[in-house]
Amino acid sequence: MPQTSKLARQPALSSRFAFSRRRLLGAAVALAIGASSGAASAADLVVSAAASLTNAFADIGRAFERVNPGTKVVLNFAASDVLLAQIAKGAPADVFASADEIAMDKAVAQNVIDTKTRHDFVRNRLVLIAPADSTVAITGLSSLSAPAIKHIAIGNPASVPVGRYSKGVLDKAGMWAALEPKLVNAASVRQALDYVARGETEAGFVYSTDAAIMKGRVKVAAEVPTEKPILYPIAVVKDSKNAALAKSFLTFVASPAMQTILSDYGFGKP
Amino acid sequence: MFDEAAVPLLLSLKVAGWATVLALVAGVAFAYLLARVRFFGREVLDAALTLPMVMPPTVLGYYLLVLLGKRGPVGGWLQENFGINLIFTWQGAVIAAAFVAFPLVYKAARAAFEDIDTNLERAGRSLGFSELKVFFRVTLPLAWHGILAGAMLAFARALGEFGATLMVAGSLPGRTQTLSIAIYEAVQAGDDATANNLVIIASVICIIVLVVAGRVLQGGYRRAFRY
Repeated sequence: MPQTSKLARQPALSSRFAFSRRRLLGAAVALAIGASSGAASAADLVVSAAASLTNAFADIGRAFERVNPGTKVVLNFAASDVLLAQIAKGAPADVFASADEIAMDKAVAQNVIDTKTRHDFVRNRLVLIAPADSTVAITGLSSLSAPAIKHIAIGNPASVPVGRYSKGVLDKAGMWAALEPKLVNAASVRQALDYVARGETEAGFVYSTDAAIMKGRVKVAAEVPTEKPILYPIAVVKDSKNAALAKSFLTFVASPAMQTILSDYGFGKP
Repeated sequence: MFDEAAVPLLLSLKVAGWATVLALVAGVAFAYLLARVRFFGREVLDAALTLPMVMPPTVLGYYLLVLLGKRGPVGGWLQENFGINLIFTWQGAVIAAAFVAFPLVYKAARAAFEDIDTNLERAGRSLGFSELKVFFRVTLPLAWHGILAGAMLAFARALGEFGATLMVAGSLPGRTQTLSIAIYEAVQAGDDATANNLVIIASVICIIVLVVAGRVLQGGYRRAFRY
């Protein structure tokens, strides 16, 4: 028997709901306009910060809003090079905090930051982690060659600072080429952390501060000394429309109270 | 330039090809079932089968990651019984792309089946054809245009799959880094030269697929997607 197809039934259905649909559309448009006018507010301070700073900067942003009533701190977290690419393409960021000097040097080379404001504000450590319930013995880099380690999560060295630090130590140990087939590129340090926490990779390179966020799900198997210390630079973006506010944010981050927050999350002094 | 584009391109074609095959088989089977058999909850099932088309790919990717992951119910079972791991493999990318592409085949095939005059199928039966023979000799040839149109779109969609694939298969150069993921990585790294080359290739392929689909299918193409 030929059936009434879905298509034939549709007109009746749509006319019945036409009124409410139009209202819905109106509400959606109003929402969108409201949201975009909200984003254009002058007192918004857009802080583009390395993914590893997610939790600490969320706290600091709230504290900054408390002492600067009327100011809204808009946080944008991603791998440092991703943030840089956004800023270089004209993203309206006011502050850039990167997880390594290379990303900040690129920003300087592309002439997008106010170099006078650049300074290192925290220090971090590279660690090798495994899922909390892992039975594979990992004592250091050499353990990674074991057949039981099938996948190793690592930030993509092309865009993620933690990946560059990890590649640096593996290169120096002469293990990069041999381990490359096992490496799973992550888009940020937090994705590498997530891969290990889910048990999808047997090991991964993250910062000690990230490992501390997921204490119950990952364990630190070994500290990995890096050739150069892991320092985080911060600077005001050159095209910032809130340069004065951005500078006061940098001062605020350096204040003892905020340094306490950072050290609570495991960041060291530069 | 050619090498850095050729590897992800070939991988994308392989993944999209297999995904289309899976989506085609499953899509035609479900479409036939829902077009010909009335049962309780049929339209709810229809909505569920269409879901991957409207759901954010990241939501689908998350479901698949949780299900197929080493600690997931399906992934754990596969690992334990067959030693199969799908996460971070090109086969995992195929499954993600197949789910995303499935509704395109399913929708087109169901519309095509419902457009067929069932008297023709009845005529086949009256001539002594078995149900299987009716399906392959009468129903399928009549619905073929619509199904092919759906399959072409499914292929194009699978070729462009990004969100779910990235979550399930990751971004392993040469192994799971498909064309769309390679573009994403190039942009993330600020490598505009590579990104430019790759997006041009991707755009040209999509145009070719659409033009070929339009040429080959003509009427059938429009019939299947008039809504």
